[in-house]
Amino acid sequence: MMRRLRPAIAPLDYTRRWSMRLWVGLVMFFLYAPLVALMVFSFNDSRRNIVWRGFTTKYYDKVMHNDMLMEALGNSLTIAFFTTIISLVLGGLAAVMLWRFRFPWKAAVEGAMALPIVVPEICFGVAMLIFFAQIGWPTDMPWPFSLGAITIAHVTFCFPFVAMVVRSRLASFNREEEEAAKDLGASEWQAFRDVLLPHMKPGLIAGALLAFTMSLDDFVITFFTSGPNTITFPVKVYSMVRFSVTPEVNAASTLLIVLTVIMTSVALYFQNRMVQSGKGPA
Amino acid sequence: MTNSPPNRANSDTAAIKPIIQIRNVTKRFGQLAAVDDVSLDIMPGEFFVLLGPSGCGKTTLLRMIAGFELPTEGQILIDGQDMTGVPPNQRPVNMVFQSYAVFPHMNVRDNVAYGLKIARTPKKDIRDRVNEALALVKLDGLGDRMPDQLSGGQRQRVALARSLVMRPKVLLLDEPLSALDAKLRAAMQFELADLQEKVGITFVTVTHDQDEALSMASRIAVVNKGLIAQMATPSDLYEYPANRFVADFVGSVNLFEGRLIVDEPERAVVECPALGRVYINHGVTGPHEGTVHVALRPEKISLYRQGEAPPAPDAPVGHNLADGVIKGMSYLGDITVFQILMPSGQVMRVSRPNLSRFDQEDFTWEDRVSMRWHSSSPVVLLA
Repeated sequence: MMRRLRPAIAPLDYTRRWSMRLWVGLVMFFLYAPLVALMVFSFNDSRRNIVWRGFTTKYYDKVMHNDMLMEALGNSLTIAFFTTIISLVLGGLAAVMLWRFRFPWKAAVEGAMALPIVVPEICFGVAMLIFFAQIGWPTDMPWPFSLGAITIAHVTFCFPFVAMVVRSRLASFNREEEEAAKDLGASEWQAFRDVLLPHMKPGLIAGALLAFTMSLDDFVITFFTSGPNTITFPVKVYSMVRFSVTPEVNAASTLLIVLTVIMTSVALYFQNRMVQSGKGPA
Repeated sequence: MTNSPPNRANSDTAAIKPIIQIRNVTKRFGQLAAVDDVSLDIMPGEFFVLLGPSGCGKTTLLRMIAGFELPTEGQILIDGQDMTGVPPNQRPVNMVFQSYAVFPHMNVRDNVAYGLKIARTPKKDIRDRVNEALALVKLDGLGDRMPDQLSGGQRQRVALARSLVMRPKVLLLDEPLSALDAKLRAAMQFELADLQEKVGITFVTVTHDQDEALSMASRIAVVNKGLIAQMATPSDLYEYPANRFVADFVGSVNLFEGRLIVDEPERAVVECPALGRVYINHGVTGPHEGTVHVALRPEKISLYRQGEAPPAPDAPVGHNLADGVIKGMSYLGDITVFQILMPSGQVMRVSRPNLSRFDQEDFTWEDRVSMRWHSSSPVVLLA
């Protein structure tokens, strides 16, 4: 009987090269091992959380009944919600403006809009702290309004991302569609609502998702703008870590991860469905 | 040419009011005049075609009628009403865009209904009129499809239906067939002409394709560098081109420079250094100082073996006759085009229908041939 030879590795058969497999394995390990460890140890029945001492969900229970933490989570979600809405409107409008119009200093405006993206977060946070102190932003407002400073700070770094995503989406818009709408009798607003906005929708969804997650997990800028009564989830987790890394911290972090993963999946699902049903290319 | 609608506008329809009047319209982009002092009238029921090379200003003219561009100077009147300051959404015209611009997020039915919805037409009327429009463009049954489930030709029909459902006074079409493949294009040429006859709406089409223009139009305006080079029916445009640009742009032509040596009411003779004497059985009107050009269509020239050409029955001896050597042949199926090098060094294009399946090889490369044409064939061009 003849021994069958393995076929030679073709140039594009990356998955059959052991070096490539090793490379991929290492990347996966360093990317995800910490996350997996974090989640696994949130079920660890040990206060010090260094050695595995058995399975428990009591720390989740503890997290749920940690009023401070839950209040921080409520704050975070509220801030993220309003930040998303405001960023969506501002970013969407900015994208349309930059896409449609030519005006003096356009390049400067575009550059200025990108500033919050490139400026180091720590500088941005300090700047915000000084700014709110200088203008005497009241710190003793009732609950939803007390989150105003943080929300404003979040909007400033979230809306440029929305604008960028939406603008790249607009680049693929066929202007004749808008002209066709107007030709059929639509006013400027009707053409925007019926033709341009549906085209922008995937960009807006992606931008909203980005803004929401960025706002939800922002630490540095929030740290500088939050007052004693306006602690957010990441800031609270940080302060918990400073006392000790208990499985409670792990549980809280796991909750945050699960939350963002669910949100991302939902948004991707909507985007996918839109593509598949032919409601516009991705 | 085969397809001119019965209600074509003639010169004796002066009593009918033009549906579109373009009066001394100029459009400048910076220093460049895309449209330069153009005036023209389009009559109701015409299939009017603006024909010209890319960048000649024809699309700008169309977009000015639709209202997407504003004239720098001059006026556009639609059905007698001045359109200056009237935005596109209030003009009684509709446009089929080059990209069709079908709304990708709406199904066929919603696309077609869009204009009626904007106009707040009652729901029942919308349904009836949409069905009617879809039937007109032969899309019945496809109302629930999304645009990305349609072929290019079907998408174009959606764009057509979407415009026709509005019952515009004028339908504007921007290069309507340029995105279709050759077979479909030929079919759509006839269909568009048919459709126009059926709905009786004035069509104004922009194209760079002369076949398209000739086959569909009742009247053609040839546009060149922002000016109208000639405005005529398809056959007049082909047989009586007004100048070298039109002769060359519409169809294929042999052009020879010459001097007019005889010009009487019943006959004219042009002395062409490269071709010999050309005899024409009518006089040349208009001023003609100095050089003129003679235009000869390739299909209007007969080919003989050298020396075997019978004397021309309608021209003096030695006129309308030329010798040459076949230097090139293109077999195109229905015709064969010969490139014939004449002693003067100029090349003459001659086309010959392939009447029989067997005579394709009676002329071949390097054959010495004589060419002869009728005295009614040459056109004398002054410009």
